[in-house]
This record gives sequence, structure tokens and C-alpha cells, in this order.
Amino acid sequence: MGEEWEPNIICIACNWCTYQAADMAGSLRYSYPPTVKIVRVPCSGRVEPEFVVEALINGADGVIIGGCHPGDCHYKEGNYKALRRFKMLKKLLTELGVEPERVRLEWISGSEGLKFAEVMTEFDATIRKLGPFKR
Amino acid sequence: MALKLAYLLVGGCGGCDMAIVDLSEKLVDALEHLEIVFWAPTVADVKYKDLEAMPDQSIDLGLISGMVRNKENEHLVKVMRQKCKVIVAFGACASLGGIPGMANLHENRELFENAYVKCMSADNPDGVTPQPVSKEGDFELTLPAFLDKVRPIDEIIDVDYYVGGCPPHHDHVARIVEAIVTGNLPPKGSWLTMGKAVCDVCPRNPALKGEKREYVKEVKRMHEGIPDEETCLLQQGYLCLGPITQGDCGALCTKVNIRCAGCGGPIPPTWDFGLRAISAIGAILDNENVVDELLKKYPNLTKMLYRYSLPKALLKK
Repeated sequence: MGEEWEPNIICIACNWCTYQAADMAGSLRYSYPPTVKIVRVPCSGRVEPEFVVEALINGADGVIIGGCHPGDCHYKEGNYKALRRFKMLKKLLTELGVEPERVRLEWISGSEGLKFAEVMTEFDATIRKLGPFKR
Repeated sequence: MALKLAYLLVGGCGGCDMAIVDLSEKLVDALEHLEIVFWAPTVADVKYKDLEAMPDQSIDLGLISGMVRNKENEHLVKVMRQKCKVIVAFGACASLGGIPGMANLHENRELFENAYVKCMSADNPDGVTPQPVSKEGDFELTLPAFLDKVRPIDEIIDVDYYVGGCPPHHDHVARIVEAIVTGNLPPKGSWLTMGKAVCDVCPRNPALKGEKREYVKEVKRMHEGIPDEETCLLQQGYLCLGPITQGDCGALCTKVNIRCAGCGGPIPPTWDFGLRAISAIGAILDNENVVDELLKKYPNLTKMLYRYSLPKALLKK
């Protein structure tokens, strides 16, 4: 392997907030690392724990889920469900030997383009520090 | 013509064999259609070498119960695949790894130490543990070598059908035997199940009683009280895994006031029981404080969520 390792990051973004924030980051010319690949879902409550684990075992080094701020969910309570599942998933992953920092849940609203770029930059740095994910 | 049947018990406990014997009269009726050519080591007096000597593909149906834990299990499972036209992974161990599958969270050294040295009833001052080869005077004695982890049988061979349960309920076994005898089988690779969740057949289910389902406001473990016999266990805070478990047992455990622990296996098409459980439980807890309470009360979440299915988890240890 002569090439230098680049992280592979999956961002699962809710359509109403985090995805709009990514859009906003683009319009406002905030840059964030190209290692982040965005997958759009209708709501962070749509994210099944399988999505995160499938991403990890198929080559992702980190997975970040983006949803609306508490109280802002387009479907009223999807993001609360996401949080409850995420807490349990994180514990499970830790017990199975995955560094808990590889998964992250963040509330980023549609107007927070800057926050989106900052969070992605920060997450990219975290994953670079951890190195590639090995099963 | 009678259907030729072979039954092999590998790493399991023999409970699935009992579930078949529990068919009682139904088994006697079914024997008209079945010719048991091999059932070792529990029922028929046929040896492993006899099975090895049978012509390839000469047996119509092979049931395997138990997981693959040692070299002998691995070898016999392969022999079964060679001799049988159809292989059914029978019970939670063969399909998912079962209770012994939780051993995958530990190293073999740790398992041996616990079983042969640290265990309360062990009297083993020299710390002797089983070895594949040992010398006894002039003789060399052998034991099947222990493998690095527990595997469900489909990691070794192709499996045609899966049956969940620890053990499968004898009524379900009767339905399976009937389906096999009449040839009324789903596509290969399927679970043999009626496809309903434990909740669907549980008399406590609020939905079946026309009541509203409430969010779970506190989490309790089974030793923290005696659950009410009528109300849904989840509503009372006991983490029953009924919503995601195949209900071919007829909700046996909840009928005797015990939460479902998921032995029936995940409802198809998913294979990862634990992740599905997180989805289901996460959605019915009232708020994040309840999640914190849950994580505090279950210090080892993996063993609760994957009690019967850890070797089948997507993210293997």
C-alpha cells in the first residue's frame, strides 16, 4: 500500500435539517473534508442501527448521524427516537470492541451551515486520529 | 416410500432432541412416513462411522441441532451435508449459535479457566484443562480440538432451512414434520416459521385487547418484582423481546410470567437480532433517562440483546 490512507466517513443526514445545512454550507462556501459522504434519509428516526453497522463493516471508518434539534423534528419525535437508539447502539458497539468515537449523533438545523462544516471537519480529525476501522 | 431421516446433535445440549421426543403420539404417527437411519448420540444406536459409510446423497432429510464448537462437530456437519439432500438447522444453536454463542465474547483461556479451575465445584489444584492429545502411560489419548469460536452450522456448510427456538416448541416441530412429509416447503434458505412475532400470539398484547400502548417509563429486571399476570411485560418495564422474536412457541414464556428472551430467532429477513432489538426498544422507551436507566441496569447489554444469536451478529467479535 503505497498510497496514504484517507478516512471514509458516512454522514446520514435528515432531509429537513442536516441535509439542508449541508446545502447551506455549500451556498455559503464553507468547506469541509471530501472524506464525508452524505446519505439522505427522511428523518434521523429512520436510521436503523443496521445502517450504521452495515456502513462500518462495508468499509466506513466513521458514521455520523445528523438530525434536527430537539423539538424541531418535522415528524415531531423522530429525533428523540434516534437519540434513544443511538445511546444503546453506542454502548453495544463499545462492548463489541468498536471505539465509541467512530459513531456520532449531532443536531444540526437547516440554518447551521457553518456548524455542519465545523462538525464534519472535527469528525474527520477524530477518525484520522483513530485510524482505519478494522473488524 | 418412507422418508430417510438423519439427526445429528453437535455442540448443543440435547434439548432439541427432547423437543422431538415430546411429540409423543404424533411422532409415532409420523414414523410411518419416516425411516430413521441415523440419530446420534442420543436416540438410535448408530455410530459416526456408520454415517460416514453411507452413500452420498442417500438420506432425504438431515436435521442438525447444536452449534459447531470443536473439530469433531465441524467434521460431522460436513459429513451430514455430503450424505443428506436437505439440511435443516434445528433450533437456536444450529441456526444462530445459541446460548453457547455468548462465549464469543471471551477468550478460550478464560472459558477453560472458569469451567475447570475457578468454578465453585472444581477440585483442580494443578489447573488441568482438556488437551487435544494427552499421554496416559503408554497410550496417547485424544479429544476433539476446541475451535477459536462458536459458529452456527451455516458458517461451515450450506443450510436449506432454519428452525428457531431453544428448544423449538413441540407443536411447531409437529408442523415442521408435517410440512416436510407433505413437501410443503418455502424457498431454500428460509426459516420454517409461521412468521408471526411473539407479541402477535401473546394474550397480554394491548393491541389485541384493543387498548392503547403506553411508552415505557421505567426499566425493571425480572428479579425486581413479580410482574402482573395480565398486563404486557413491556408496559410494566420488563424488557420482553417479544416484538422481534418469531412466535412459533405460542408465547410460552410470557404465559408463565417470564419475559421473552428471543430464543425463537429474529423475524425474517433480518439476521441481526440485537440491532433489531435496539430499534424496537428504543422506539418505545419514554425518554432518554429511561435509556440511561436501562444501560445502568444491564451492565452487559450484548448478552441481553444477543443471548441466543451473538455468532450471527453483523459485527462479530
